[in-house]
Amino acid sequence: MNTNTLSRSKSIIDFDSPKIKRYNRMRKRKDQMATVGVAIGGISVIAAILLIFLYLLYEVIPMFQSAAVEPMAEYALPGDDSLTLYLAIEEQNELALRVSQSGQISFYQLDDGTLKTQFNLALPDDTHITSFAINSDESRLMVAGLSNGQALIFKHNYRITYPGDKRLITPRIDYPYGEEAFTIADSSQALTEIAIRDEEELLQIIAHNGTQLMGVNFVKEEEFMSEELVLDAQNMDLPAIVANSEDHNLALGELLIDVDQRFLFVHLGGAQMAVIDIENGDYQRINAGGEIQNLAFLLGGISLLIADDQGNIGQWFMVKDEHSQPQFTEIRQFESHYKGDSVLITSEQRRKGFVVVNGDGEIAIYHSTAHKNVFNATLLSADKPQHLSLSPRSNRLQVVTQSGQVKVFVVDNKHPEVSWSSLWGQVWYESYQEPEYIWQSSSSSNDFEPKMSLMPLAFGTLKAAFYAMLIGAPLAVFGAIYTAYFMTSGMRRKIKPLIELMEALPTVILGFLAGLWLAPFMEANLVGIFSILLFLPPGVVLFAYGISKLPMSVQNRINEGWHGFILIPVVLLLGAGCLAMGSPVETLFFNGDMRQWLTHDLGISFDQRNAMVVGVAMGFAVIPTIFSIAEDAIFSVPKHLSYGSLALGATPWQTLVGVVIPTASPGIFSGLMIGLGRAVGETMIVLMATGNTPIMDANIFEGMRTLSANIAVEVPEAEVDSTHYRVLFLAAFVLFIFTFMVNTAAEIVRQRLRKKYGSL
Amino acid sequence: MNMHAKKPTLKMWFKSGDPWVWLNAAAVSVSVIAVLGLLAVLAVNGFSHFWVKDIKQANYFVAGMDKPVRVTGEVVDIIDVSSAQLISAGFQLDENVATYRRELIKLGNRDVTGADFGWFLADGFSDVLYPKDLMVLERREWGNFYGRLLRVQEGDQVSSQVAADGANVAAVWQDFETRLRRVQRIHDDIFAIEKHTIGKINHGMERLRLQERKLELSDPTAEKRAVVMTDIKAERAVLDRQYAALETELADLYRAINRDSIVATVSSGEEVPIALAKIVRANRPNGMSLFEKLAAYLSKLWEFLSEDPREANTEGGIFPAIFGTVMMVLLMSIMVTPFGVVAAVYLREYAPQGPVTQTIRIAVNNLAGVPSIVYGVFGLGFFIYFIGQNVDQAFFPEALPAPTFGTPGLLWASLTLALLTVPVVIVATEEGLARIPKEIREGSLALGATKAETLWRVVLPMASPAMMTGLILAVARAAGEVAPLMLVGVVKLAPSLPLDGNYPYLHLDQKFMHLGFHIYDVGFQSPNVEAARPLVYATALLLVIVIALLNFAAVAMRNHLREKYKSLEH
Repeated sequence: MNTNTLSRSKSIIDFDSPKIKRYNRMRKRKDQMATVGVAIGGISVIAAILLIFLYLLYEVIPMFQSAAVEPMAEYALPGDDSLTLYLAIEEQNELALRVSQSGQISFYQLDDGTLKTQFNLALPDDTHITSFAINSDESRLMVAGLSNGQALIFKHNYRITYPGDKRLITPRIDYPYGEEAFTIADSSQALTEIAIRDEEELLQIIAHNGTQLMGVNFVKEEEFMSEELVLDAQNMDLPAIVANSEDHNLALGELLIDVDQRFLFVHLGGAQMAVIDIENGDYQRINAGGEIQNLAFLLGGISLLIADDQGNIGQWFMVKDEHSQPQFTEIRQFESHYKGDSVLITSEQRRKGFVVVNGDGEIAIYHSTAHKNVFNATLLSADKPQHLSLSPRSNRLQVVTQSGQVKVFVVDNKHPEVSWSSLWGQVWYESYQEPEYIWQSSSSSNDFEPKMSLMPLAFGTLKAAFYAMLIGAPLAVFGAIYTAYFMTSGMRRKIKPLIELMEALPTVILGFLAGLWLAPFMEANLVGIFSILLFLPPGVVLFAYGISKLPMSVQNRINEGWHGFILIPVVLLLGAGCLAMGSPVETLFFNGDMRQWLTHDLGISFDQRNAMVVGVAMGFAVIPTIFSIAEDAIFSVPKHLSYGSLALGATPWQTLVGVVIPTASPGIFSGLMIGLGRAVGETMIVLMATGNTPIMDANIFEGMRTLSANIAVEVPEAEVDSTHYRVLFLAAFVLFIFTFMVNTAAEIVRQRLRKKYGSL
Repeated sequence: MNMHAKKPTLKMWFKSGDPWVWLNAAAVSVSVIAVLGLLAVLAVNGFSHFWVKDIKQANYFVAGMDKPVRVTGEVVDIIDVSSAQLISAGFQLDENVATYRRELIKLGNRDVTGADFGWFLADGFSDVLYPKDLMVLERREWGNFYGRLLRVQEGDQVSSQVAADGANVAAVWQDFETRLRRVQRIHDDIFAIEKHTIGKINHGMERLRLQERKLELSDPTAEKRAVVMTDIKAERAVLDRQYAALETELADLYRAINRDSIVATVSSGEEVPIALAKIVRANRPNGMSLFEKLAAYLSKLWEFLSEDPREANTEGGIFPAIFGTVMMVLLMSIMVTPFGVVAAVYLREYAPQGPVTQTIRIAVNNLAGVPSIVYGVFGLGFFIYFIGQNVDQAFFPEALPAPTFGTPGLLWASLTLALLTVPVVIVATEEGLARIPKEIREGSLALGATKAETLWRVVLPMASPAMMTGLILAVARAAGEVAPLMLVGVVKLAPSLPLDGNYPYLHLDQKFMHLGFHIYDVGFQSPNVEAARPLVYATALLLVIVIALLNFAAVAMRNHLREKYKSLEH
């Protein structure tokens, strides 16, 4: 029996039975799997979080990569042997075109130079081309000045069809104003230089015969019945600059008309230029420095680029001086080391950039707004360049050399607009009177100059955060001090969760109340609001003094921590009193309307949705964050410290100021930092409670646009991978880094503090 | 806590620091007043939206007007304005009076007068009356109508007409209400057909179109194409037939609903015809008893919670927004809980505790403080443009160029918010794990349990209160977050709900409506902000209530579970 029991119990505690072994093996495998699974899961979640940082970086970095230019093809110039007047590339980079002096227009494959089609211009009999000009590359409109004083306007056009699902581009030459040439001068005068500017209502052609300027305005009118376009020719009255001048070296040269059809730019030989006001014939003379090599308009026809033989490339445009007279002003210079002739400039057709090729065979790409040399390399041989053209998308460059070779390059230049100065500095934008910080990322017109200075946005962000902290920080910190140190524990248990509940309040609700309720309320009660700020603290002190005159028994009751409770009706009454007296005070001192008084008498502009509204609303949003952390820090200061101080005869306030706050100050600081982080990143409140105008003005009565609100407004509309899109990602990245660093600093301070309390 | 027995002097009183204590206390009072005041503003404005207000009728005349006008409408707001402001605005008033009272009156009848609201000087009113026969009609378009019922028509035939002495008003009103109930029943039928049945057919049609396109993309043999195309054609024929049948049915219903109309007079005496089909609700508030008003209140509240919005979101209900918010939060919870918990368990139980883990912990902690808009930008760039567009290329080529997942939608919104809230869950869970005494783990291990078993059977159940807290806090944050959602999937008006009866039932690619965005959109983007304001207050109140409830639930659940595992802790 005994042995039987023994053997049975032995069988029970046998851990080596195959079944148990199998079971244990399975458990072990499960444990290993759990370890691996948890590790993979945990690490991947953390990696996913890291991904945010990396992805933002991934979107931002391409903006700071420099451009690249690679040779693609080289072939002999197609077409006849006469002089090349113009080169162009069509939108798809498939075809290129050459206009030559003989009037022949050749379309050829950009890749290999195979001739596709040739046209001959419909020149009047017995004439030949003596001058040539384009309206602008992107308009594809050109004019040829003829030996008989006439001008012929034509345009290159393309029709795209898809026979058999393959793209077929058919080029053609159009005569938008008819095949008939326009008469500019009488038939004995050949037009040696010509300029054209074709806009909505007016077509301008200006030319000279070597000595005299001649111009015709063709006013476009629509015939009433047939809706046909009719041109009404009016001769211009242009000054005789060369004849009036005593300088005998002057000679009329290249002509250009600006986009407003008001100014004519004339090269007078050497470094001399004249700007003629077409409306009244006034002109100013300009000395460009070195001998002018090439003139070209930047996209939009406002800025003129002037390259001379001293290596200067300058951007000039008309700026109104203090008498609001337009003055031709040099805005900025672009660096170049080349000195000599054969400098060619061509402008990009979609951006404010341009390409310069010089006699050393150097190709340089610049961007005007960013004031940046994007690319610079010697890619051409000693063979001097003669003509230059850039494709509409600025990704192909075609150079014709003096020996008649065509060289084609692939250009990769995605984000030339971005530079440190264009993002953070003052930039002198086209048509502005001085350099300014401006954020204006898009507009309806194609030749718009994007203004992407992050300064006004960063300024707005800090302005909003400043006013929010101005209102939120004192309330939160003082409230935390009282709650942690003076309040009865029963009340503390109720008050703390109540204030912390504010943190859970969606900011969209705060923003909505701020924008639709608080903003009009504040506007109507400006005086009341300011008198609350002014009179509430003294009012409270006065009330407290009154209490100190009460019998000791009552005071002791209050001093157990009921101050806050007693003060609620007092604060309400004071607030109501201030608001009520607002209107009489306004009548007495501010002519009945403080807002009017501010704008008229003080000249301070006033928006209804202003920094003050944002300050109050966002201050409200940061109170719980700061309060909660600061309160924790003060409350957890070891009690024996304050008991020691009290035992030595210090009053509670003295104990607080001398002992508790110095100990807890890192905690309070970390609370303030986290509050600041929240204020900087907050989106909905600023979106709803400000006017979202990106201005740089510290005025409390004006609005702002913050980085976060700007992202929320513009990202959905930004074209993916465009510069604008990436700049918005940069803004998000800046926000991310800023808040992350502020929070990390706060967290480290807090952990130090915890360790310190632990050791006390 | 005055140390001295005798009354202190002012100087001593200042020195003792008592004034500063009082000032600190005032900061608490101001904060508390601000919180409660804000909730009160929301509650008063939100709840009063559904109350049927009396209609005031008065003659209005102030200096400078030719003749008095009759004003009829609801008083919405009353404010005192300084006389200087009014005088500068062009009123001829007495400068010596400090303030004048102005009333904002909702006049309605936008289609007749052009303006919904008007400001009036309270002094200009005379003969103020609240006539019992004034009615307010809530309409499907043009906002409210205020006026008097004149006659009820069936087609061109007059069914009943108010007599000149007004003796039969009650009978005419009865007639009108009966007919209105009939029209509303028909309206419900039409709605059911248009929204559900036809929606289903359209969905089927679209599915067939995609099938056909997919077939072409796969470059099939002629044989296979013929087979599949016959199927598609047959199905399409069935759908076409169903559609034709529904169309005739709808035509009948529309004829029936457009049969009745009324003619009413507005305050100027002009007669206005109104089709019954355009009326949502008709009341005569001045004659209603408290009980009737209460019933109307509840009915309007129910409409608010259960109906679709009308008139560019400024009227009607917000059901799609509630539904969208709930769906998004649910999906987010499903994603965030397992990942957050696993990450916390890894950090606390498996990862070697050293400076690296500590750094990661701080980083995770700080991510909770990164602005939500940054997550939105990340979601848009990474999830939608990067992953979504690649998913479309790989799995939904037949729908291209129309994007399926390469555009903002429910899935990406919930994923973005899951990323946004995962730090909250990690931090809360880790805190819970840290609180569990080491002895418990060691006891379990000493009894022979593996680490995984200890975790699963002992540690995680004990940490469950913390996990629940984390989840609920995450949900509360997600429900109130708007800025990132504006980029990744929320729209002002979604044509259909993300969950419906059409395959695959849950439409993760669809855009949806959201309570928070609704507040922003209606309050700031709508053309008629004044008219929409009460609805925004109501929506905001609802959102606050939902979030407050979630927070209270977090606290309650934490307490409950803590209680449950209390015995284990010591």
